[in-house]
Amino acid sequence: MNPVINSNIAVSVRNISKHFGGGKELVKALDGVSIDISDNEFFTLLGPSGCGKTTLLRLIAGFELSTVGEIFLYDEEIENLPPHKRSINTVFQHYALFPHMTVEENVGFGLRMLNRDPTEIKRRSMETLELVKMDQFANRKPVQLSGGQQQRIALARALAPEPKVLLLDEPLSALDLKLRQAMRMELKNLQRETGITFIFVTHDQEEALTMSDRIAVMSAGKIQQVGGPMDIYERPINRFVADFIGDSNFLQAKIESVLDNQANCLLSDNFSICTSLVGTHPTGSTVTLAIRPEKIKLNDESTLRGDIQETVYLGTDTNYIIKLNDSTTITVRDQNGVTGDARYSKGQSVGLHIPDSSVRMLAD
Amino acid sequence: MELPRRNPVTRRWLALSPAIVVVSIFMILPMIILLVFSFMEADPYGGVDPGFTTEAYVQILYERDFDDLLIFDPVYLNIIGRSVLLALLATIGCLVLGLPVAYFIARQSSRTQSLLLYLITIPFWTNLLVRTYAWILLLSSDGVIEQPLKFLGVIDESLDMMYTNGAVAVGLIYSYLPLMVLPIYASLEKLDFRLIEAAHDLYADRFRVARYVIFPLAAPGIVAGCILVLVPSLGAFIAPDLLGGGKKLMLGSLIQVQFASARNWPFGSAVAICLLALVMMMLMYQARIASKRRRETGD
Repeated sequence: MNPVINSNIAVSVRNISKHFGGGKELVKALDGVSIDISDNEFFTLLGPSGCGKTTLLRLIAGFELSTVGEIFLYDEEIENLPPHKRSINTVFQHYALFPHMTVEENVGFGLRMLNRDPTEIKRRSMETLELVKMDQFANRKPVQLSGGQQQRIALARALAPEPKVLLLDEPLSALDLKLRQAMRMELKNLQRETGITFIFVTHDQEEALTMSDRIAVMSAGKIQQVGGPMDIYERPINRFVADFIGDSNFLQAKIESVLDNQANCLLSDNFSICTSLVGTHPTGSTVTLAIRPEKIKLNDESTLRGDIQETVYLGTDTNYIIKLNDSTTITVRDQNGVTGDARYSKGQSVGLHIPDSSVRMLAD
Repeated sequence: MELPRRNPVTRRWLALSPAIVVVSIFMILPMIILLVFSFMEADPYGGVDPGFTTEAYVQILYERDFDDLLIFDPVYLNIIGRSVLLALLATIGCLVLGLPVAYFIARQSSRTQSLLLYLITIPFWTNLLVRTYAWILLLSSDGVIEQPLKFLGVIDESLDMMYTNGAVAVGLIYSYLPLMVLPIYASLEKLDFRLIEAAHDLYADRFRVARYVIFPLAAPGIVAGCILVLVPSLGAFIAPDLLGGGKKLMLGSLIQVQFASARNWPFGSAVAICLLALVMMMLMYQARIASKRRRETGD
């Protein structure tokens, strides 16, 4: 296979599979994955645990060898290079700071292994520590630092050698919520400032949506969808993506007619919805429609009706679990009034308005 | 019934008293006896005669001629020197062999780890004497090693492996290897292997990972292992006796001979005290370096 020469692509993963074990216990951690990650991009691998995202990261770092496939770093094949010969650094989930070295020695370690000049190592280490606002801790040992501080040191250590690509393996998962939110912004800024390509692994969809330029949603060793945060959220291509990113209602509908690639679908109470046809569903077949709970409006004039089975108070909003007349249940998220009261109560019969543009037909 | 109330200090001493009694009787008392004997006169039929003399210590360095003049005699100093040298050789040998073994074991799954550790301790189940005899069968002329080599024509004459310093060193390494492997394993087992990945990721090749990450973090185990091998090697007498053929005396054999056949108990005691002093000095030196390092690193 001839590699396409394209210097805008930082990391190119081509048809990678990784199998563990063998025989009956064969596990396909990755199953024919291909992605191109652009230069200077904040790219996120998102998926539940066991989806293969960490395995893919470890393959790029060089800690594992793929069963089949190729990995390119700026058009250079790196599959056969050991980790220490790849200009790629990793921020580990549990930081993996060297306990016997000071913060400064930790940050300077990569440059020291690259045989850089001691004065340059010193200058660059302090520079990177300033970048993550940890320069006053240079002489501490990692054990003397809090989790958030260790996180910053791990980041500085990986950034100091100025790698071509930085890999981040769920680096925020061990931090508490407030710190995690603050670090998201900081990571994003850091990526912009340094211009280094970031490949970020997470199972947290909110993290992925707030930071990424592009997201690859993974499941069962395969890439389900690649796209910008809005693409992924607003236009999920299959049930897995719609379900994993945010909340979704899945409603069965029958295609009544198709005109100009717009399908007219019938729901309960003969409520009709017009949406773009996705995939090759013939007229008359039953399809699944994904609808976000916050996009459905409660409106007494609507012909689609149901009874409120349950209300769940969420602070800013209330979730109403509503049983439609065809006995499917649907969740509607509605903002609470200024006094904080829920606008409807359990047992009440309500009308639901589903805007056409809020509906997405799933290909599967 | 109400127990008498005591203050906590008294209670602590009371609780410790069985241990103190055992340690006193079995460790401190024999040391005192040894020290006292070393300053007494030798009884020609074994045992000691009353009276204070430093003769035993003088004997270590000098020989008395017929005119009762002291002549410097390095024969015992040679033995001390040989003991230190062979013990160091054994320690280095055990370290070179034991470190990779310990590292290998520490990287296995926990089930394999326990199995391998169990295998490491197997030699302890049989008598050291018997195991050392086995080495005679291996090393001797026309032994298990030489015969096939002769048959294949690799060698024509005997390698004369027995009764050499090398044979003694092999015996010592064999005897004390588990004492090196176990403490190093204990410190490597606690080592976070993600640190090794992190070092690889930061451009360190295998050698540098060992040099900058594994070695410093395994240092406490390595030091403990070296002490555990060095100290008994200095006082060993089975390997030097059997594999050195009594010609390559070490301190342990010297002491054993004094009590068993030469019947010079004060001299034997004096040599034992010297050995003790040597070991104490090494341990104190090591402790000083360790505390200095702790101060420097601020642990």
